[in-house]
Amino acid sequence: MNILEIKNLKKIYHTPKIETLAVKNFSFNLKEGEFVAIVGPSGCGKSTILNMIGSLDNKSDGDIKFNKDIKIGYMLQQDALFNWKTVLDNCLLGLEIKKIKDKNYVLNLLEKYGLKGFINSYPTSLSGGMKQRVALIRTLATKPDLLLMDEPFSALDYQTRLSISDYVYRIIKEEHKTAIMVTHDIAEAISMADRVIILSSRPSTIKRIVDINLTDKKTPIDNRKTKEFPYYYELIWKEIDHV
Amino acid sequence: MYSEEHKRYLNKIKRYNFLIRISQILLFIVFIVVWQILSDKKIINPFIFSSPKKIITCIINLHKTNNLYKHIYITTLETCISFILGTIIGLIIASIMWWNKYIAKVIDPYLTIINSLPKIALGPIIIIWAGSGMKAIIIMALLISVIVSIINIYQGFTSVDDIKIKLMKSLKANKLQIFKKLIIPSNTSIIINTLKINVSMCLIGVIMGEFLVSKAGIGYLIMYGSQTFNLDLVISGIFILCILATIMYYLIISIEKRLSLKN
Ligand SMILES: Nc1ncnc2c1ncn2[C@@H]1O[C@H](COP(=O)(O)OP(=O)(O)OP(=O)(O)O)[C@@H](O)[C@H]1O
Ligand SMILES: [Mg+2]
Repeated sequence: MNILEIKNLKKIYHTPKIETLAVKNFSFNLKEGEFVAIVGPSGCGKSTILNMIGSLDNKSDGDIKFNKDIKIGYMLQQDALFNWKTVLDNCLLGLEIKKIKDKNYVLNLLEKYGLKGFINSYPTSLSGGMKQRVALIRTLATKPDLLLMDEPFSALDYQTRLSISDYVYRIIKEEHKTAIMVTHDIAEAISMADRVIILSSRPSTIKRIVDINLTDKKTPIDNRKTKEFPYYYELIWKEIDHV
Repeated sequence: MYSEEHKRYLNKIKRYNFLIRISQILLFIVFIVVWQILSDKKIINPFIFSSPKKIITCIINLHKTNNLYKHIYITTLETCISFILGTIIGLIIASIMWWNKYIAKVIDPYLTIINSLPKIALGPIIIIWAGSGMKAIIIMALLISVIVSIINIYQGFTSVDDIKIKLMKSLKANKLQIFKKLIIPSNTSIIINTLKINVSMCLIGVIMGEFLVSKAGIGYLIMYGSQTFNLDLVISGIFILCILATIMYYLIISIEKRLSLKN
């Protein structure tokens, strides 16, 4: 079942001197439970598309239709944790805004994903990977049906990046979320996504959508060792416009 | 529990801090003693430069005639009123400007103009408009403190990380929630700093106002002293002002400590 249908999405940015056509003719459908990655050259309009889906930005034209009354969670590139709040309070921010008092779900998540000992610590005493995990739990706290992630791991070093993407993947699958992830990293896209959308350079339109079929699909790190992996890598690499 | 070396290290720090305190006190004592000796030996003219003993006598006299506390009270009261009013007005206007960028843009040049104007130039007008009483003094202090607070606080409000605002929007926070849960808490240190500046700004304004119009207060005391060529009174006034300013400063510091303990 389609959770989201996008038709002919278009975005023009206006500044006093120039107008920039960032996105045009962007259409695609997202199925419930699916994990879709968006790749494309820098500045092509990936963040713009996510912002419009999450209604953080106005669209110029086109349709974004949700087939249910779904909740959206947004995960930013930077963790954007508040230094004056503890880990727990940071995670509860979304609930606080909605004036919901129930902490149990968040406490469960923190415990389940290895942050139990840090509930009352402040973000300054956490490592980059831990902060990113806290940021994810903050996003999950409001129980979103659809997760939008804009290069969620790009602030991390390679090691942490691999293990966190495993973590995040596990969380998303265990909590049965649908997700759209923007990334620069082709390997990351193949190892995590069911489908990879390749965008052209600006104004971005869909160049190609690649279905990822790996034998023995498991965790992202394991998926990188499958025999189809190099093939997809080659395929996507060739499709992306390189500057 | 500690190793010998660590104990020695701690001792060294203790001795060092003690030395600093002792030197501070000594410096003060030496200053007072040298001043007294110089004026006793008539090396400096005691009539113009006064002396510690004369200042103490002067303050005791003020105390006996009950005038001392009246003047301190008046100046403190004026400073407190203008400090509280100034902080509240500054916060409110800065918030309005953050809330509505249009208003901010419209009043921006006027803020700059008022800010760069030497407020003392407005003294005569203030006297005519507000009369020669406490009202005029408070207006003077407000003029001096408010604009700086507005500019500082607004600057802090607008320099909040865009990413964090985006985060709040993604969590569906409305503007009031963004303001209360992000803008204010991330600006506590800027607000506290503005309070510190505000206290001294208000004191400057109050003394300036008292120079111009008043019938009471430390500023009046100093002015009266200089007009009657009673330099003992002038320097006593300055001395009392020093103490007053220090006390106010430490009050703000203790508020700051209490707030940062909470975090
Ligand atoms: N607020 C804005 N005002 C004007 N132009 C903008 C604005 N935001 C983005 N753009 C332009 O729109 C285009 C797409 O930007 P976007 O941030 O969506 O790219 P991106 O694909 O996410 O890039 P990256 O991979 O570097 O993050 C860029 O050319 C950018 O210059
Ligand atoms: Mg981007």
